[in-house]
Amino acid sequence: MTDLAHSVPPQPSFRRITPGDWLAALALALGAAFALRQYGSYMDVYEKAILLLAVPTFAVLGWHWHGLRNLLAATACAALLGIELYQHDLARAEQVFWLKYFFSSQTAIAWMSALVFFSTGAFWLGLLARAPFAERVGTALSWVAAGAGLTGLMVRWYESYLIGADVGHIPVSNLYEVFVLFIILTTLLYLYYARHYATNKLGAFVMPVVAAAVGFLLWYSFSRDAHEIQPLIPALQSYWMKIHVPANFVGYGAFALASMVGVAYLCASRGLLASRLPSVAVLDDLMYRAIGIGFAFFTVATILGALWAAEAWGTYWQWDPKETWALIVWLNYAAWLHMRLTKGLRGAVLAWWAIIGLLVTSFAFLGVNMFLSGLHSYGSL
Amino acid sequence: MKKTSNARALYELFSSMRFAISLLTILAIASVIGTVVKQNEPYNAYLNQFGPFWFPIFEKLGLYAVYNAGWFLAILCFLVLSTSACILRQSKPMLREMRAFKEHAREASLRLFKLHAEASANHAPTRAAAEAYLARNGFRARTLERDDGVLIAAKRGSWSRIGYFFAHGGLVVICAGGLLDGNLPLRMQMWLGGKQATQADQLIADIPAQSRLAEDNWSFRGNIFIPEGKSSGVAVLREGDGVLLQELPFDVSLQKFHIEHYETGQPKRFASDIIVTDKRSGKSEVRTIDVNKPFETHGITLYQASFDDGGSRLKLRVRNLATGGDAPSEITGIVGERGDLKGPGYAYSVEFTGFRAINVETIGDAPAARGGLAGLQDRLGSGARDPAHKTQRNIGPSFTYKLRDSAGQAVEFMNYMLPVEQDGRWFLLAGMREDAAEGFRYLRIPLDEDGRVDTWYAVRQRLLDKTTQATLAKRFAKRASGGAENATLRLEETSLRTLQLFSDKGFESLGAFIDKTIPKAEQERAAGIFLQVLEGIVWEAVLMAREDAGQPTLEISPSRAQYARDVLKAVGDAFHYNAPLILQLDSYEQVQATVLQATRSPGKKWVFLGSLLLTLGVFAMLYVRERRLFLLLRRDGSALLAMSANRVSLDVEQEFLRHRDALLGSKPAAGDLAS
Ligand code: HEM
Repeated sequence: MTDLAHSVPPQPSFRRITPGDWLAALALALGAAFALRQYGSYMDVYEKAILLLAVPTFAVLGWHWHGLRNLLAATACAALLGIELYQHDLARAEQVFWLKYFFSSQTAIAWMSALVFFSTGAFWLGLLARAPFAERVGTALSWVAAGAGLTGLMVRWYESYLIGADVGHIPVSNLYEVFVLFIILTTLLYLYYARHYATNKLGAFVMPVVAAAVGFLLWYSFSRDAHEIQPLIPALQSYWMKIHVPANFVGYGAFALASMVGVAYLCASRGLLASRLPSVAVLDDLMYRAIGIGFAFFTVATILGALWAAEAWGTYWQWDPKETWALIVWLNYAAWLHMRLTKGLRGAVLAWWAIIGLLVTSFAFLGVNMFLSGLHSYGSL
Repeated sequence: MKKTSNARALYELFSSMRFAISLLTILAIASVIGTVVKQNEPYNAYLNQFGPFWFPIFEKLGLYAVYNAGWFLAILCFLVLSTSACILRQSKPMLREMRAFKEHAREASLRLFKLHAEASANHAPTRAAAEAYLARNGFRARTLERDDGVLIAAKRGSWSRIGYFFAHGGLVVICAGGLLDGNLPLRMQMWLGGKQATQADQLIADIPAQSRLAEDNWSFRGNIFIPEGKSSGVAVLREGDGVLLQELPFDVSLQKFHIEHYETGQPKRFASDIIVTDKRSGKSEVRTIDVNKPFETHGITLYQASFDDGGSRLKLRVRNLATGGDAPSEITGIVGERGDLKGPGYAYSVEFTGFRAINVETIGDAPAARGGLAGLQDRLGSGARDPAHKTQRNIGPSFTYKLRDSAGQAVEFMNYMLPVEQDGRWFLLAGMREDAAEGFRYLRIPLDEDGRVDTWYAVRQRLLDKTTQATLAKRFAKRASGGAENATLRLEETSLRTLQLFSDKGFESLGAFIDKTIPKAEQERAAGIFLQVLEGIVWEAVLMAREDAGQPTLEISPSRAQYARDVLKAVGDAFHYNAPLILQLDSYEQVQATVLQATRSPGKKWVFLGSLLLTLGVFAMLYVRERRLFLLLRRDGSALLAMSANRVSLDVEQEFLRHRDALLGSKPAAGDLAS
């Protein structure tokens, strides 16, 4: 018999479609139909296409991953409740208790921030005290954090239209908004892999990056009032932006995840916390998968960026610092994948490389905005 | 023989991963340089930045346009070649691998697979059941009857290999497309066709033939500048520090340029209403080009790139500082044009360089951000802007001009048309700078309570005029001393001295005097007294100017004292105003211009095709999993199952376990197989 000692337990089959899945798909379809009827006049043809494509995409994602399905259902309810409470009047954010303390966008994002910190703490408690209960609490808290953040973004989207019909836009248009997105996506990616590998231990490593992002978000809001909704300048009025940015952040989130798994790998392979962490084989596999999905999405995002640039600036590629750094990030992970897949490289070198990769990625993500100037006008620091 | 093996070695090196990765690394490093050294700036800026020693060296290295530098393009070409070679080299083994079922695999080698399992005769599946199971699970299988039994060789996910061709081929296509659109074609024309860049600063009509590119140039990117009501049939291409002119097959005329703003002052829309007229057929098309909504015609895409002034007419009043700005003369200036400006005591050549009808400025500061719980409280609720925070406001038109004296020295000015409120007082702003790298320094001329600036000119003249200084000193002394003769005389003398000192070089000469004659400890007090005296004198000058203009006199009040202080401050600042005249904008007729970018990029469709291939390829390589299953049904009834995958990962093992349980397992698998 072969050595399968380090393999993870077989997983339940997710492919069986339950009545709940059908219900969820139906709800998605009805939601999209309602959105088209109610708000269709605000959308252009591409936005309608995106909306329609979102239905099967999320239905399938939901089939494969019930957690996500439930999260979507819960946030949809929370966001709709928030919108209902507003009654078309922005001022009610200050007057209505439930808006002021739960469902308005800033409050929801504040809840997300707090919950991310709590969840990080719970994971560490669980890891150090070997308390599986604390880890389960950490997992639950990170689910709620992601839900709160998602609700915040949804409600923020609605609020932007309350400010003015011409101001309204999907909240993926400045550094503040994409940071919220980054926090949500990284948390969700973590939760996905945690379930896939049936481990709660890695939260202690991944959630600190998310918490750092929350720290940045708070600083950015407190020192620059970055949370205020701004209208879109002409260059950002593009449907490409609406898919380019989220795709990019799946990439960034996955790379961040991979680097933290890299840290866990280095710890475990040196015997540090080794008995509390998943086996190095699992960590290695997870690191590869995270980089794989990050690379795939980053590829798509960069191409979408080129399509957008072709339309806004007349050239698909003009070596603007942001573009150039995106290329560098991409080449870096391409090299990582080549070393692993064609040279069979494994182990500590790849873990270190993934960690350094996050530094390169952060520079592309933040450093370029801080230190270099270019055409990417959104989110200068 | 030797020769071919050399070529062979070169090909191997060329197509090796090591070589490709080295090229990629160099490319990455070069790209970093390009983001650190700002690209395509005017050469003067580089000269300032790097100094005369490094400037030419960096120029030779092409660091000011790294991505167009010969060496950079060469690396890119090598990468294309190397990746192509890599594909070529891999194609044969990969295609073979893709097609093969490997039904001849030996039992011994199957046993060496990391993933393999055995089953005794009573657990082994039948051939038919196994084939059915494999087919159900998406495997294609080939069965071979051999000496040692029946081998079913099955595989799934061969697309993963196609992914390799797609992704890497896509890359080659993208790079090749990019090279087509880069400035390589232009380089060729410059080398072979004798084309040459010319200096940017000249009229289009004067640009010589060797700097003009023909209509059929198949790849270019340039800007078309069109004022409202005018048209243009050429685009200007930047090349190094100079320009080339691209003839277009059509004329573009601009009917109107639109700028819209949000309520908050941020720009909302830039758009040009244009008419494109074919140069040959004369047929025309009416269009509107927005940012993000380009328009393609004649294989050329037009984009809204930027905007500018198209020659606005400015009605100006010339205020002569020397003569007190009385009897201002009026002139008309056209933005983008030059003229002569002569008057009593000055002779300049003037150049109107810009005009903006709208200036959105941030007014006021955000209230000090509250920290802690209060700050959090401020941040709860909706994401709408807190109305208490800074607001943006349009402070009206402004224009810029340059005055050049007979020695060729130029000073640049920027004046606002409308007064601006600061701390409840109103000022007219007149900005000036000697060096384009600096910001403007503003002279803030206060408006009197009737909202006029004239008073300031009149007061200033009276303060500086030798003949009125004595009168002012006398009037001030009389009022300030309250009648006592002796004191009045002394005060009159001191105030006259002070005024004379001040009228020499302003606060500077006053400061120098205090430094020289008064002990350190006393200086601050003395300066205060001097300032008080000057303010008193200014107030007298205000009253005097009013008398001379036949206006009723005024009683002093705190706000009027403040006005006097502002007047004094502006008079003091005016000593540093490097011109004897100020141009004041009375009215204007705005003419805007649009800047459209015109590109012909034949490589674009290749780049997009390559991108599509790349995307498909990457997903196929990463997510289509190639699996091979071998089931050997031995003659004695026992079975050997082995599995391989092109990627080693944990779920391969899980999948193997599933197949093992299904094919060799005794429990549910048996029922499964029987069906
Ligand atoms: C910009 C350049 C390149 C990029 C972005 C790139 C990207 C990739 C990616 C994403 C993979 C798939 C990794 C995976 O399956 O998880 C891959 C695999 C591979 N690449 Fe590249 N590549 C590049 C250049 C090259 C070059 C120049 C060569 C040849 C010398 C090469 C040879 C290979 C090989 C042999 C594989 C493995 C294919 C397989 O086993 O399925 N690549 N590459």
